[in-house]
Amino acid sequence: MFKYVIKRLLIAIPMLLGIALLTFILMRLTPGNYFDALKLDPQISKETIAHYEKLYQLDKPMFVQFMYWVKNLLHFELGHSFHYNIPVSKIIGGRLFNTFVLSFASFFLTWCVAIPLGILAAVHRNKMIDQIIQFLSYICLSLPSFFLAMILLFWTSQSGALPLGGMYSPNFEDLNFLEKVVDILKHLAIPTIALSIGSIAALQRIMRGNMLEVLGQKYILTARSKGLSEKKVVYHHALKNAINPLITLLGYEFSSLLSGAALIEIICSWPGLGSLMLTAVRSKDIYLVMASMLMGGFLFILGNLLADIALAKVDPRIRYD
Amino acid sequence: MNALLSIKDLTVVVHEDGRERRLVDGVSFDIPNNSISAFVGGSGSGKTTTGLSILKLLPLGLTVSKGQILFDGDNLLNISESKMRARRGKDISMIFQEPLNAFNPVFTIGYQIEEVLRMHTKLSKNARKARILDLLKMVELSDPSRVMNNYPHQLSGGMRQRAMIAQAIAASPKLIIADEPTSNLDVTLQAKIMDLFRKLKNELNLSILLITHDLALVSHLSDYVAVMTNGQVVESGTTKQITTTPQNEYTKQLMKAL
Amino acid sequence: MIKQKKYLNEFDIALRGFRKNRVAMLCVYTLLFLYFTAIFADFLSPYSYKNEDRNYSYSPATPVHFVDEGKLTWPYINGLELTYNEYHARIYQTDRSVKHSLKFLVKGDEYKLLGFIPTDVHFFGIEGEGRLYLLGADSRGRDLFSRLLYGGRVSLSIGLIGVLISFSIGLIIGGAAGFYGGKIDNLLMRLCEMVMMVPGFYLLLALRAAVPDDFNSVQVYFSIIVILSFIGWAGLARIIRGMCLSLRERDYVLAARTLGVSDFTIIVKHILPHTLSYSIFAIMLSIPGYILGEAALSLLALGIQDPFASWGNMLSDAMSIVRIKFAPWILWPAFFIFLTVICFNVIGNALRDALDPMLKSEGQN
Repeated sequence: MFKYVIKRLLIAIPMLLGIALLTFILMRLTPGNYFDALKLDPQISKETIAHYEKLYQLDKPMFVQFMYWVKNLLHFELGHSFHYNIPVSKIIGGRLFNTFVLSFASFFLTWCVAIPLGILAAVHRNKMIDQIIQFLSYICLSLPSFFLAMILLFWTSQSGALPLGGMYSPNFEDLNFLEKVVDILKHLAIPTIALSIGSIAALQRIMRGNMLEVLGQKYILTARSKGLSEKKVVYHHALKNAINPLITLLGYEFSSLLSGAALIEIICSWPGLGSLMLTAVRSKDIYLVMASMLMGGFLFILGNLLADIALAKVDPRIRYD
Repeated sequence: MNALLSIKDLTVVVHEDGRERRLVDGVSFDIPNNSISAFVGGSGSGKTTTGLSILKLLPLGLTVSKGQILFDGDNLLNISESKMRARRGKDISMIFQEPLNAFNPVFTIGYQIEEVLRMHTKLSKNARKARILDLLKMVELSDPSRVMNNYPHQLSGGMRQRAMIAQAIAASPKLIIADEPTSNLDVTLQAKIMDLFRKLKNELNLSILLITHDLALVSHLSDYVAVMTNGQVVESGTTKQITTTPQNEYTKQLMKAL
Repeated sequence: MIKQKKYLNEFDIALRGFRKNRVAMLCVYTLLFLYFTAIFADFLSPYSYKNEDRNYSYSPATPVHFVDEGKLTWPYINGLELTYNEYHARIYQTDRSVKHSLKFLVKGDEYKLLGFIPTDVHFFGIEGEGRLYLLGADSRGRDLFSRLLYGGRVSLSIGLIGVLISFSIGLIIGGAAGFYGGKIDNLLMRLCEMVMMVPGFYLLLALRAAVPDDFNSVQVYFSIIVILSFIGWAGLARIIRGMCLSLRERDYVLAARTLGVSDFTIIVKHILPHTLSYSIFAIMLSIPGYILGEAALSLLALGIQDPFASWGNMLSDAMSIVRIKFAPWILWPAFFIFLTVICFNVIGNALRDALDPMLKSEGQN
């Protein structure tokens, strides 16, 4: 198992470098750089700009710049952000954490709601409650998450129940620990719900499908013939088999979570990686963009790897040797 | 009547396209004590459905419209579900074809057999473990402690079938229903399983109901036979009677194939 | 030849099963209607998309009346006037004394029907002073209803064209990978994974940043399509590759190879037609992604720019909560995005269910 993990991580490295190179080329494709806007400002002398360009190697050919960047990467230095004027690593860490908090909250909510719903729908197949759940699922699947975010923000502006965006209240520092947690949870509510509705609907359908397939298997009949209660049959024998395939989905869910979170972050002013990416792209802050893309790719690989390991632990038929 | 289980005029229907179709049509049969009986017929003859009806494990959409199944003072078709659950696995148990799918792939063999013991006996944890080892030995599995900790996919087909039998006899039932128990096995294994059935019937004083299309199995193993086609029993009697002097046309055709 | 006919029949059976699904057929008609209104947007809308009147900024809808003093009349609207109430807030007052009749085949803004017939006839509208706002107006007094129709052109077409490009790329790459297998398959799939690895939205933003700033709207439109296609091809390629891998083991493919038919011909004539019918549901289910992608970009002012309309950029107004409160009609584009997406989802799922027995039996080979 350990060797397998190492192998996976090693394969990931050239892939990540590929992403970084791709990003780099993209950023350099467009003529001009961050300093173009500054060049138009008559108050800043040409020498100052030339000095900064030299400092950040922007005057060297593309390939050399990239090599410098890779070299710095090995020292865990991700370059310098022009827009924020601090090293990238300083700003990306915090934002990454915030995005992670949002993604994890969404993931948690999705699984807590979708799995029981899927089981319920499967057990009461084609009855009224199943049809209602399927109908609602279709709607929630098709609802654009940003639309839902807007509506929720609108509703909360009328009712005042939840904060209107951001991650902290203005008086955050003055709160005690428990109040701080509650405050963040309140700010988390709208973006999490907007982000999760679609995934809940999708996961519920998959869970229902898996459960139906499992419930049709011979070993369920065997379990019943042993005299086990229906509860045990469904929630123990069936569930364990139905959930396993979902674990492989975990990895892909991670990537799509990061992606969907970005737009919601922007709408709800949640200070995460997505909104950082937007600012960076808008101001052509090259290294920030590259670092964000790299983070995205890395989180995806990590998510997939964790999902594969989790699956191996849970399903006795799978062995990585 | 000293029959262990008595099926009287059983009719099972399914509703299709607005019409009612009879899968089992007025079937009557008595399973005597300490015997091996068999339902023989082609696919669609209703033999499996009859077997499932005994345990009230019919799939969705199938209902019993008529009949009685008398066992141990009860009409099984009338008793409550919880009473039936108490009997399943304890008084009557079932073995299935395709043992790879018949065992839950994510639990060990030992765990699945233990479930029966936990449900129907009052044995302590250690006593249960000991009993599982005994059961596995009884079905002639070598290295029972390894099998106990194995997952179904780690065993061969023949071993799985034996483990399935062990699970079926765990709570000392009076009747075992075996649905196509040897159809997935090769000929040598079939013979061994047949011997095992006979041994268990004698040692444990139970009855076995075979559901099969395999005439060779029937003629070598069972004491009594019911020949089924189109949901009806066309002829029944002792195996000797049926195989040597068949009365019914269909039975005669079947016997020609032997 | 005989094999091909048999395959067509199975597809027809699946299609028949699809037609029985009433909800799915309803969605098909809805989409056809939406696309029809998009093509004839300039004829069906009373105003051009850039026809603005700042006196009527965020004007509410002008309700069409069919009854005048208890009697049934030709539809008309009342005039609308911008005044201030006692709190100095802007409100619009209906002026019942002014009546504008709704006219059909009315002269209005000039445009080119179907892109080349110059005309100025609109399906309906009003003549003279006054503004007809069926759904309300946006910040510059532009008719929301008209802009919705024009916006549909962008949002709906991007979905179709984008998926066509992605599918073509996916077909080539997936087909090559699935058919040749081995090293080529490995390499191409690594490439796919790399593209799929980066969260889509991040890639979207990065690619958008690579588009030069001085592109005009048409070029931006096509760049967006290219960008969206670039993100979408990988998923389709993997599906097609999977199908090709199983299809190339089929008997008739083997027969063709022994007969010495070239690889290219085999791929094009024998394998790809099969993948087409199976992939059609995957195509339907991925179109919403393109529509939502464009909407997201335009929402962030990175997509279609003013004055052109797309459902996405019409919603960028709605990012401000205050505006939603006072002019909730600006959310209409979101509803149409939702409607379109739900239709594609229903159709895609219905197609998959209809093709399922076929898929299952093919997969067993």
